[in-house]
Amino acid sequence: MALWRSSVGKKAVMAVSGLVMLAYLVAHMLGNLKVFLGPDDLNGYAHWLRTIGQPVLHYGWFLWLARPVLVAAVVAHGVAAYQLSRRDLKARPQQYVHRRRQSTYATRTMRWGGVILGLFIVWHILDLTTLTVNPAAEEGHPYQNIVASFSTWYGGGIYCLAVLALGLHIRHGFWSAAQTLGVNNPRRDRALKFAANALALLLTVGFVSVPVAVMAGLVR
Amino acid sequence: MSAHDTTSGKAPMSYLDYTVGTPVADTRAPAGPIEQRWDQRRFEAKLVNPANRRKHTVIVVGTGLAGGAAGATLAEQGYHVVQFCFQDSPRRAHSIAAQGGINAAKNYRNDGDSIRRLFYDTVKGGDFRARESNVHRLAQVSVEIIDQCVAQGVPFAREYGGLLDTRSFGGVQVSRTFYARGQTGQQLLLGAYQALSRQIAAGNVELHARTEMLDLIVIDGRARGIVARDLVTGEIRTHLADAVVLATGGYGNVFYLSTNAKNSNATAIWRAHRRGAYFANPCFTQIHPTCIPRSGDHQSKLTLMSESLRNDGRIWVPKAKGDTRPPAQIPEDERDYYLERIYPAFGNLVPRDIASRAAKVVCDEGRGVGPGGQGVYLDFADAIARLGRAAVEAKYGNLFEMYERITAEDPYTVPMRIYPAIHYTMGGLWVDYDLQTTVPGLFAIGEANFSDHGANRLGASALMQGLADGYFVLPPTLNDYLGRTPLEPVPGDHPQLAEVEAEVTDRLNLILAVDGDRTPDSFHRELGELLWDNCGMARDEAGLRHALARIPELREEFWRRIKVPGTGAELNQALEKANRLVDYFELAELMCLDALHRAESCGGHFRTESATPEGEAARRDEEFTYAAAWEFSGTGDAPVLHKEELVFEHVHPTQRSYA
Amino acid sequence: MNLTLRIWRQQGPDTPGEMTIYQVSGISEDMSFLEMLDTLNEELILRGERPVAFDHDCREGICGACGMVINGQAHGPERTTTCQLHMRHFKDGDTIDVEPWRAGAFPVVRDLVVDRSALDRIIGSGGYITAPTGSAPEAHATAVPKEAADLAFEHAECIGCGACVAACPNGSAMLFTAAKVVHLNVLPQGAPERASRVRNMVGAMDAEGFGGCTNTGECATACPKGIPLTGIARLNREFLRS
Ligand SMILES: Cc1cc2nc3c(=O)[nH]c(=O)nc-3n(C[C@H](O)[C@H](O)[C@H](O)COP(=O)(O)OP(=O)(O)OC[C@H]3O[C@@H](n4cnc5c(N)ncnc54)[C@H](O)[C@@H]3O)c2cc1C
Ligand code: HEM
Ligand code: HEM
Ligand code: SF4
Ligand code: F3S
Ligand code: FES
Repeated sequence: MALWRSSVGKKAVMAVSGLVMLAYLVAHMLGNLKVFLGPDDLNGYAHWLRTIGQPVLHYGWFLWLARPVLVAAVVAHGVAAYQLSRRDLKARPQQYVHRRRQSTYATRTMRWGGVILGLFIVWHILDLTTLTVNPAAEEGHPYQNIVASFSTWYGGGIYCLAVLALGLHIRHGFWSAAQTLGVNNPRRDRALKFAANALALLLTVGFVSVPVAVMAGLVR
Repeated sequence: MSAHDTTSGKAPMSYLDYTVGTPVADTRAPAGPIEQRWDQRRFEAKLVNPANRRKHTVIVVGTGLAGGAAGATLAEQGYHVVQFCFQDSPRRAHSIAAQGGINAAKNYRNDGDSIRRLFYDTVKGGDFRARESNVHRLAQVSVEIIDQCVAQGVPFAREYGGLLDTRSFGGVQVSRTFYARGQTGQQLLLGAYQALSRQIAAGNVELHARTEMLDLIVIDGRARGIVARDLVTGEIRTHLADAVVLATGGYGNVFYLSTNAKNSNATAIWRAHRRGAYFANPCFTQIHPTCIPRSGDHQSKLTLMSESLRNDGRIWVPKAKGDTRPPAQIPEDERDYYLERIYPAFGNLVPRDIASRAAKVVCDEGRGVGPGGQGVYLDFADAIARLGRAAVEAKYGNLFEMYERITAEDPYTVPMRIYPAIHYTMGGLWVDYDLQTTVPGLFAIGEANFSDHGANRLGASALMQGLADGYFVLPPTLNDYLGRTPLEPVPGDHPQLAEVEAEVTDRLNLILAVDGDRTPDSFHRELGELLWDNCGMARDEAGLRHALARIPELREEFWRRIKVPGTGAELNQALEKANRLVDYFELAELMCLDALHRAESCGGHFRTESATPEGEAARRDEEFTYAAAWEFSGTGDAPVLHKEELVFEHVHPTQRSYA
Repeated sequence: MNLTLRIWRQQGPDTPGEMTIYQVSGISEDMSFLEMLDTLNEELILRGERPVAFDHDCREGICGACGMVINGQAHGPERTTTCQLHMRHFKDGDTIDVEPWRAGAFPVVRDLVVDRSALDRIIGSGGYITAPTGSAPEAHATAVPKEAADLAFEHAECIGCGACVAACPNGSAMLFTAAKVVHLNVLPQGAPERASRVRNMVGAMDAEGFGGCTNTGECATACPKGIPLTGIARLNREFLRS
């Protein structure tokens, strides 16, 4: 709680939750790439996800155990982001008359990028988890749902936009988290920046390849 | 009266500009072996019961090394401290700018240093115009200072083994100067500032930043408070206390151009002087030989380049007058390496005062270089050829960078230009061994007093003195004063308070009311130039008399023509400047008078009339082995001179010789 | 050189301010930025107008008193303090915008003068080593590895100018606080108070209304003393391990 009350502590919570989500996304992206191996592979994978831990866990339990962690991460991350951002804006009530763009670049992309990501996650869950807004909405057949979703212009567009935002977010966020958690130092600084860029690129390309492939008709 | 008869041994005391009063004496230093005096004094000192200290309020004006150290220490000991500085933060006091280092007789190098040697060097360096007991104590305490600062986390330079590094500095034979790159003053001050900040946070020190002391309150003959102006609101208020400590720094800025911070000023000590504190040796000012020359009339201050540059740079000017060729086009045999020529033994490393004067002489001959002919070359070509550029860069890289930033010239390819500048003031309020002025209850520490440097200060010893005074000397002596003195509370309606407050307010209002046509800076520049020309590196009777005639005229013109817009009830920096100028005029006059009356040369004070046949400074010990303590008797009125005879039992006066 | 200056003029903390246009002429390339403003002020005084108020003292880049935002950059285009910025970095005919440090924790006092006392209070909350005068052990009793000494020095160079706060889009004092925490925490002398120091200083920083750090890095770019951005990482580590 003392951690949460201080700006530095809150930031650490944000970094940890961000990294949890990041780890999830790396796995998620790798899973998604199975799209290219055809419907059976992906559908089988989705099924397998739900069988992890069996027989100790029941069918689907693993997913239900992972979800609270993810939700907690998203909520902690979002709440911290909101509270810190409010604080930060209040700490600089008056802008300079002579504006320079660079200085606010990273912070601004993080803020609006985060909001885009938040909205996307809601949409994404409605689309592919609850299938509420999915054009195909075939329970247990994610491959078909994905193709259906990305086949509409808005579906693909939303994904591409979100993934772009994600890339930018990670690009600053990964190095930033290292800084926040105090693992950065002058010797590591360049390596961390490189890793952040590489990770951002990897995730962006990996994620974006699916909607692009669908829209290009390579995956159908 | 022109030249003095330097052999008759009699000074022609024909000046009517002052009267001689009864001598002053330091009655506080115990007799007995010099090594034991400080112990003895501390033993004799009366203590204040720790429980009672909280009831005593002490005002400390200034947060430099001296004031910062004193405030923190007194607060630790339990006193209630009320502290002032005119900057927005105590950390910005002028001490922050000191570059070179701080001396201490630690003898870590085992190179023969000792307390006695530091004592000896400092007395000799001061050209036998300092008090032996004080200097010895300074050398003793120097050792504790380093311990104290290291404990505070001051990041002194260290060797690979993790132990403290030292270097030799200012022509001394031993390596006793501790340093923190080129920022020793900064790091020492931050140490004191942090200790002070801790006491402020704990509520033991009440800090008034952006507040300027404008007068002293003396009640029943004792210092009981100050009148200060809040520089933001303009509010003028009296602050009362049981004792007042002035740690307000030096007065070099009376010259306008100096290496001092722009806002350093003499108001606090001058106002104290007007209220009865004697002012000692005002003409003892130090000129530093290696400053960056001024580039034009816009120049607002001068920047010091470390003295260490003289270790490898060669100083020269063209042989011919008015030679304006670029330095590279002046062939070797048309250059005059004048220090090497005149002082073959010491060459470019002669002491500060000698190097400075020699530069003035060649520039006065019309052989100076750069804008206005006010500069000499400091050439690293030989050093670069001998050691290689990389070695020179490793040693002086940051200094070269600073030089290039300011002048836009690359010292690796074009010789640097340097010129002497006012740097430090050895004079200040007269204090006894207890650092108490002639006003009981008023103490002066650091550069504000006159105590330890005599007529010339050695490099790296001002930081030592400021910290010695603040951390170690003042606390026990102040304790003694408070322990011995029964003090009644000053009633808030004491007529003296309203009177002094009114005086201060009236003075400011008078300045604002003139509404003339000259700015404060224009007057300050003119006064500074007058002083520099006549009471600067070399002084003679005619010049000093000229200045003494001109200053009152300038003062009179000030009161007719000064212009300060705005009001006194707001942040008004022009008003601050003008108000400081009022005091500078009076101080400048006393400096000239002091320089005139001291018809000898000693240390930084060079009277052209008192020179050896070779043109070197000649002391006249029979007449002038005293500190001149001046008593104020009214603006423009003849002050009273009180002499403190100096006795040298341990270090015997000899003529300094560097030829 | 002839220049057009647009300077923020503001009577007091509660009065509104605005950019005011002035022309200055005859500016020499060798002038420092402050000397250029001196020239303007001399003219203003003679015209009976209030001169522009700004903080300054040493004019050597070490006291940390000076500071203004010049064309949107804290301390202007060069990596140095305003007093050490010379006019040769500008061109004849330039228009230069001059504004005070902007941060919620730095209220404007007047014109270009702001109140930075919040930084002093951060130091007071823990930016010291408790070493009462006279209690110190012999200086050589504890050796300090050169690496630690150098690291401490690198961070001890901070002059408390506040440019980091002014440059930070969040008005954060992280770099300033980091500079002191790292300086003292890496020294053996600072070890006993290591944990409380960082906790108290971060607490004080938050309480003074400085923003949080989003690792924007503008502070380190503006810092005239080159306090490294990785200092903030060290501060964070010190905080988390406390
Ligand atoms: C460029 C430079 C380099 C130097 N290098 C060295 C060196 O290497 N080694 C060395 O030993 N010495 C050096 N010196 C000399 C040394 O720095 C000073 O003598 C010393 O720091 C003076 O300290 P102080 O505490 O007496 O006063 P200062 O540091 O000048 O402090 C004066 C304080 O008094 C306050 N004050 C003054 N008047 C008033 C008033 N009226 N009301 C309220 N507050 C007031 C100021 O705000 C300030 O806080 C150098 C000096 C200069 C100029
Ligand atoms: C979906 C996956 C997300 C991932 C992987 C992620 C990751 C990260 C990471 C690693 C950081 C750096 C933390 C630090 O600087 O210490 C970060 C910062 C941030 N995130 Fe996210 N985040 C995600 C979603 C979001 C969402 C939904 C929001 C908005 C509600 C958001 C808003 C922010 C903000 C404002 C920052 C601050 C920038 C900073 O502190 O440097 N993020 N994120
Ligand atoms: C090409 C891009 C993507 C594809 C094809 C994709 C596909 C999917 C699918 C099919 C599911 C449902 C899994 C299931 O219920 O079995 C899912 C869930 C999810 N995805 Fe994605 N996704 C993509 C991008 C993203 C991005 C960029 C994010 C985050 C920013 C994200 C976050 C999530 C989340 C949080 C879930 C919910 C997990 C759960 O149900 O517990 N996805 N995704
Ligand atoms: S960290 Fe740099 S910018 Fe910030 S106050 Fe210190 S010196 Fe100034
Ligand atoms: S600019 Fe501000 S956001 Fe952090 S890295 Fe520096 S404090
Ligand atoms: S005036 Fe001191 S740093 Fe600029």
